[in-house]
Amino acid sequence: MRLDIRLPIGALFTLLGLLLTGYGIFSDPSIYRRSLGINVNLYWGAVMLLFGIAMCGMALARRSRDRQAAASRDERP
Amino acid sequence: MHPQLIDWLCIALYLAFVLAIGYGLKRYMKTSADYFLSGRSIPGWVTGLAFISANLGAQEVIGMAASGAKYGMATSHFYWTGAIPAMVFLGVFMMPFYYGSRARSVPEYLRLRFDEKTRACNAISFACMTVLSSGISMYAMGLLLNLLLGWSFDQSVLVCAAIVLAYIALGGLTSAIYNEVLQFFLIVFGFAPLVYLGLKDVGGWDGLRASLGKVAVSHGFAPGAWTQTWSIMGSASDNPMGIEWFGLVMGLGFVLSFGYWCTDFLVVQRAMAANSMSAARRTPLVAAFPKMLFPFLVILPGMIAIASTQSAGGSGFTLPAKPDGGLNYDLAMPYMLAHYFPSGLLGLGLAALLASFMSGMAGNVTAFNTVWTYDIYQAYIRREASDRHYLTVGRLSTVVGVCLSVGAAYLAARFNNIMDLLQLLFAFVNAPLFATFLLGMFWKRATGHGAFTGLLAGTFAAALHHALTLPRGSVPGVKGAWLHVAHVYPSEMAQNFWTSIAAFVACLGVTILVSLATRARPEEHLVGLVYSLTPRSADEQQPWYARPAVLGVIVLAIAALLNVLFW
Repeated sequence: MRLDIRLPIGALFTLLGLLLTGYGIFSDPSIYRRSLGINVNLYWGAVMLLFGIAMCGMALARRSRDRQAAASRDERP
Repeated sequence: MHPQLIDWLCIALYLAFVLAIGYGLKRYMKTSADYFLSGRSIPGWVTGLAFISANLGAQEVIGMAASGAKYGMATSHFYWTGAIPAMVFLGVFMMPFYYGSRARSVPEYLRLRFDEKTRACNAISFACMTVLSSGISMYAMGLLLNLLLGWSFDQSVLVCAAIVLAYIALGGLTSAIYNEVLQFFLIVFGFAPLVYLGLKDVGGWDGLRASLGKVAVSHGFAPGAWTQTWSIMGSASDNPMGIEWFGLVMGLGFVLSFGYWCTDFLVVQRAMAANSMSAARRTPLVAAFPKMLFPFLVILPGMIAIASTQSAGGSGFTLPAKPDGGLNYDLAMPYMLAHYFPSGLLGLGLAALLASFMSGMAGNVTAFNTVWTYDIYQAYIRREASDRHYLTVGRLSTVVGVCLSVGAAYLAARFNNIMDLLQLLFAFVNAPLFATFLLGMFWKRATGHGAFTGLLAGTFAAALHHALTLPRGSVPGVKGAWLHVAHVYPSEMAQNFWTSIAAFVACLGVTILVSLATRARPEEHLVGLVYSLTPRSADEQQPWYARPAVLGVIVLAIAALLNVLFW
């Protein structure tokens, strides 16, 4: 199919990751009493951000590979 | 629980992406094959993740956590004894016939292999059942969102139905499948921190085992009854499920699991959308890897919930009580989200819950619109029309399917008993299906008359078995024994497993007898449909790690290891 699903997944997780890490940095520490004192927004947000970037990276790498393959096909007579 | 702005942002972001994917795929939906089969163009890893995600509906997430609290680790038999072997069997042995026959749906395979009446029987019961089960899960969702988000029941049902309708009507099966992959990752990321926090709170696995030991003893079982899987299956009185190993292996492991995973069009449709035969065969095998780990994601939270309710340690999570005084196991997952997740992560958890509702519902709707359009409308209502016409019918039947599900949800809210009765009826119709497919694919002598009478006999046997038996502690009626109490099972689960065994045996026997008495179809009509008449597909050109048989062996080995670890 012409749409690589890794791209929207990567974009969603990157945005969610940014949102949660940002909130984790600026939020009031007292809200983390319920999560056993762990700033889960910061840590889990960072994990999601990394996952999102990795997904985007894989999708973009695939796209440039496909482009190169298409270009080398075109060069041949 | 009060969701904050940040939580609503997470939920809104998820919904925006789901709709955007549907919208982005709209321009590719040119023919009915694009719409119903994704043009058979999707890579195997995508169909694989969609395969489990479609099954990972709310009933799975909420229900498995509830069972984890009620029955403990033995619930993982639904995965390691039931689903995994069945998924391997589907990928290695059955997929070549589904994909290779070019059938567009499971009922259509039945027409190619047997005859029109067998197909009609399957198509009609499947269409009704999908709408019904989608309605029942929508009803559960309405109640839950009402509790968690403060939306009214009407708002919850209508908003979710409208979103699912929008993305499927726009992008068809492709949109459902792509969104299922997104939903899969969201569900995993949304629930994983819950398992970590919960487990840390009860003192790790050792702490959990100690608390669950007390739970088991207080119910009158051996201390390991909530944390082990096989050592408690010696007799039905040794475990909270009330089933012994033979009924478990035959009823759940063989008949029920193979019947669901190998014949239910809801999941098989995902594999049929794959871009090649080998991708189609890899679909259930790719799905099996994450599926094996799901007990830790969905069953463990239930176990943690009951452990911390019992021993009142850690941060003091307790399960809410039902009006009759018993514990409300169904709220284990949502209440734990509310207990452990601070705002921010809470939004992610709620989005994950929404994702599981939507993926399950989308699975039902796409399966319904395909079966309705190809197996009922095109087969019996309007045979020769342009492809354009069927594409329009498909889009319309998506709308109708969603509306019928909403209707079923309201019916479930109003008349709970009718829903129980209907579900029971469909359980009878479904119970014998696997015997029909098994004989159809692996015995070339099986005939259409044999399959049809076998199905009827199996359904009759299931109903009869149900009419004569009763789970302990129930009154005769919907729960069974409406003719006579001939046998009392220790639990409803045991009764279900044995009902399916009765249906399977009756269907197998009658199909064989009637087939032998009727005229076989000429062999040239069965090429590609039956094992002995189909040339083996050449796996050999594939690298070893992509070959279905190799993957199947790896999957089974890991599943066996998990069984041993939690013996």
